[in-house]
Amino acid sequence: MSEKSLAARPEIDVRGLHKSFGANEVLKGIDLEINQGEVVCVIGPSGSGKSTLLRCVNLLEEPTKGQVFVGGTELTDPDVDIDAVRRRIGMVFQQFNLFPHLTVTENLTLPQRRVLRRDKAQAAKVAAENLERVGLSEKASAYPASLSGGQQQRVAIARALAMGPEVMLFDEPTSALDPELVGDVLAVMRMLARDGMTMMVVTHEMTFAREVADRVVFMDGGVIVEDGTPEQVIGNPRHERTRHFLSRLLDPAMAEVEEETSDQVGGSGA
Amino acid sequence: MTATDIEVQPRRKGLTRRQKRSLSRGLQYVVFVAAVVAFALAADWDRLQNQFAQKDVARQMFPDVITLALKNTVLYTVSGFVFALTLGLVIALMRLSSVGPYRWVAGVYIEIFRGLPALLIFIFIGVAVPLAFPGTEIVGGTYGKAAIALGLVGAAYLAETFRAGIQAVPKGQMEAARSLGFSPARAMISIIIPQAFRIILPPMTNEFIILFKDSSLVLLLGVTLEERELSKFGRDLASTTANSTPILVAGLCYLLVTIPLGFVVRRMEAKAQEAVK
Repeated sequence: MSEKSLAARPEIDVRGLHKSFGANEVLKGIDLEINQGEVVCVIGPSGSGKSTLLRCVNLLEEPTKGQVFVGGTELTDPDVDIDAVRRRIGMVFQQFNLFPHLTVTENLTLPQRRVLRRDKAQAAKVAAENLERVGLSEKASAYPASLSGGQQQRVAIARALAMGPEVMLFDEPTSALDPELVGDVLAVMRMLARDGMTMMVVTHEMTFAREVADRVVFMDGGVIVEDGTPEQVIGNPRHERTRHFLSRLLDPAMAEVEEETSDQVGGSGA
Repeated sequence: MTATDIEVQPRRKGLTRRQKRSLSRGLQYVVFVAAVVAFALAADWDRLQNQFAQKDVARQMFPDVITLALKNTVLYTVSGFVFALTLGLVIALMRLSSVGPYRWVAGVYIEIFRGLPALLIFIFIGVAVPLAFPGTEIVGGTYGKAAIALGLVGAAYLAETFRAGIQAVPKGQMEAARSLGFSPARAMISIIIPQAFRIILPPMTNEFIILFKDSSLVLLLGVTLEERELSKFGRDLASTTANSTPILVAGLCYLLVTIPLGFVVRRMEAKAQEAVK
């Protein structure tokens, strides 16, 4: 009987979310639902609040107002066991944030052992499986500093997966990488999407968004401007702000000229 | 015409840059050698040797200087350092706490114990505490008192070192740990402190060496013959033999520990560096 309501309930549910840093209001009322198995890419200019929104979804940033639900649990409830909820939410950072004093395997096993209380053998087994999944079994005993950025990011993804999350959050996972290393990380994310993982991805990779995302959300100035399929939002944007952003992203040289002219007209909101 | 100009241009009058550099280095060597020779000629080596390097005086110090004095010095230092580490970590965490009074108490502690000379703290522990709490026995007698006095001094410095080390660990490490479901305390213990520890290894070694030397103040607590450490042992013997050789031997015993220690720590540092970078 609850089967149906479970399926109907969005995996991530953000309601009326506001976030201010001092007097600076970064998020000005965000409503967003992401269903189970859905891949949603959040795009937008820097300073639009997209990373802050993502960080609010696992409460790394405390929202000023509004509610966040993940898997039916309200994270914004002050009495919620936040550590327990976070175990169900994997997070991948722009700067990887691997633990540099631990080997790759230890990066994967320590959280399982300390947080999930798995025994040594099981943690090692899960770690090996997930390293295999991201194609880095041979780096198991290496230290993070000896890996390339792309490899580090894949280890970071494996570390999050080893906790068995229901949802994965990606905060510009390829922005700190050399261009030739981006592909491997995106391939891993593609695989995850294919396996049915619920994913929320803040990214500038338009090709990835177009090919992999079920939905693309365009944010600007702390609000969601456009929300739809990749074809709609990237292929045929309805809003001027979306068009402007996309043209700058696809052809930076062109956008400079455009900016100068639009500045003369009266400037565009940042 | 322009080609010849360019070729001629770099040849300036006087010395070239390379010649100047080698001349300057040569001069520095000459000054150094001159200073060493002047010092060697000026010192009265015979008298120095008489006063500081009498073989038979040195011989009668052994084996007690090692089995008793050095052993006690190491014992005082290690117990004091362990106490300082524990207390220092607690105070550092209090300093970083979100609870106001904790930060305040930690700040006051650091200001007071960092500002007072170790000598005064030893006198305080040796004299004031027994006066204030008559009848109380500090566990371990002189050893316990020494550990407390050295620990109180060391903790103030180590607390600041720990705090700096913890703050030097990138913010993303705590965020990554929290996002994996670590509680703040567990993240601190498993992720942050091990990394901070590597960062502060060199200043921690310094603190150990400072405590090692400050252990000479234990004599202010009033020690029995068996409780003497290197400095007191050396001075006592110097006065009974009316010769300063024991001071030199005691001094060498300090270096016997600090120099290898510095070597080991540099090795540890290099190894930690290898893993991280």
